[in-house]
Amino acid sequence: MWIAVIVIVVVVLIFVVWPIAIYNRLVALRLRIDNAWSQIDVQLNRRNDLIPNLVETVKGYASHERETLEGVTAARNAAVSAQTPAEQATADNMITGALGKLFALQEAYPDLKADQNFRQLQEELTSTEDRIAYARQFYNDQVRGYNTSIQQFPALIVARAGKFEEREFFDAPEDARAVPRVEF
Amino acid sequence: MPCLGSSSERAGPLYDQVTSNKRRSALLIAAFVALIAVMGLAFSVAIGFGPIGVIVAVLIAGALAFTSYWKSDSIALAMSRAQPADPQVYARLHNLVEGLCIASGTPVPRLYVVDDPAPNAFATGRNPRHAAIAVTTGLLEKMNRVELEGVLAHELSHIRNYDILVSTLAVTMVGAAALLSDFGIRFMWFGGGRRSGDGGGGGNPILLVGALLLLILAPILAVLMQLAISRRREALADMSAVEITRYPPGLIAALEKLRDDGTVVQSGNRATAHLWIEEPVPTREDTEQAKRWTHLFNTHPPIEDRIAALREL
Repeated sequence: MWIAVIVIVVVVLIFVVWPIAIYNRLVALRLRIDNAWSQIDVQLNRRNDLIPNLVETVKGYASHERETLEGVTAARNAAVSAQTPAEQATADNMITGALGKLFALQEAYPDLKADQNFRQLQEELTSTEDRIAYARQFYNDQVRGYNTSIQQFPALIVARAGKFEEREFFDAPEDARAVPRVEF
Repeated sequence: MPCLGSSSERAGPLYDQVTSNKRRSALLIAAFVALIAVMGLAFSVAIGFGPIGVIVAVLIAGALAFTSYWKSDSIALAMSRAQPADPQVYARLHNLVEGLCIASGTPVPRLYVVDDPAPNAFATGRNPRHAAIAVTTGLLEKMNRVELEGVLAHELSHIRNYDILVSTLAVTMVGAAALLSDFGIRFMWFGGGRRSGDGGGGGNPILLVGALLLLILAPILAVLMQLAISRRREALADMSAVEITRYPPGLIAALEKLRDDGTVVQSGNRATAHLWIEEPVPTREDTEQAKRWTHLFNTHPPIEDRIAALREL
């Protein structure tokens, strides 16, 4: 009698409780990836909001540097309208390059360099660029953790049954991390 | 793909560090309560209070341990005269920490500034949800963006590894124990004088107990400090910092600046020494005794070794 009870308990633990625990953990990991992805969007939107302000401020001191100013605006618009991750990555590179040129202007315009508003915007934009890179790094870390989990035994069985699919990494261009590091 | 250790690779040592730090903290609290109980026993035997003295001592110890756990961060911050960092004035500091928190998935700690020309920083708190980072104004002035980020990532790693719990507990508990023993010895001097005046003969055992107290206390305090300070954890925090920033040159440059900078933190003292990223207390060579203590309490591995370890990455 007792042996039967113990056997039933063990069977329930192995075939019901354990898989449920694994399933819940995988769901939590998957949600964390989605959350990490939306964190990237938060930072991208923040950058898109900051850029027009920066362009306006620079215009006040260097309005005839039209090429540089329009380059930044065009890159920003490309980022806003980007649909696929590939488009987004291209637009990001454009923005980083265009901002680099824009920040370089301050060497030719000492008044601009001294402007409090400009310096504040530069700090905000530089750190937002950093945060975008960090948010993507965090996203990739989460994806790696999740992908590892669903490929390991015995979670593998639950993952197959629950249709947990492998997620894709965000592929940053090789030198994307190096560019915001430049000290102006 | 970044090649600096995947999350699965890092889970091992980091997880070990977190559990070992939690175990150390529990041990620290137990040792502290026991120490106070022993002190209470010695004290009540000397004065003649009987067992009530021990109960009172344990109650005091419990209250102190409780305060240490819940309030140690505020105490450590107050001891270093740290002021909350205004997000408007210290925008760069706030931005960098928020970025690092995004990268590591850590809650954003409270930020403080210590008005001091020497470049240094420390982290405190009981867990990542209740943590604080304090930096000196000297650090903000002397470090560029990338270097500052390296230092902040190092402090954030102390928070994630639960190093802050152990070290901050040590600050308050060692401080409290030293204060209590000081108080007890003074009280006994006072009481002993009265007693020997009354009938004589009571002075000797009291002095004996006082000496015994000192004898017991000094090595236990040393062990407590040693327990709290593991040199390994500084190296580990350097590694975890680089794992967040994925940029070793930043922290290397920061450590080189710390090494070359001779200024010493004014508000640093022995009790808080092991909190900082670099040893804030100068190596004094006044007396032979002071020298020995300094060596015993060397809280950090040589900065040269830390730089060399980072260069190997």
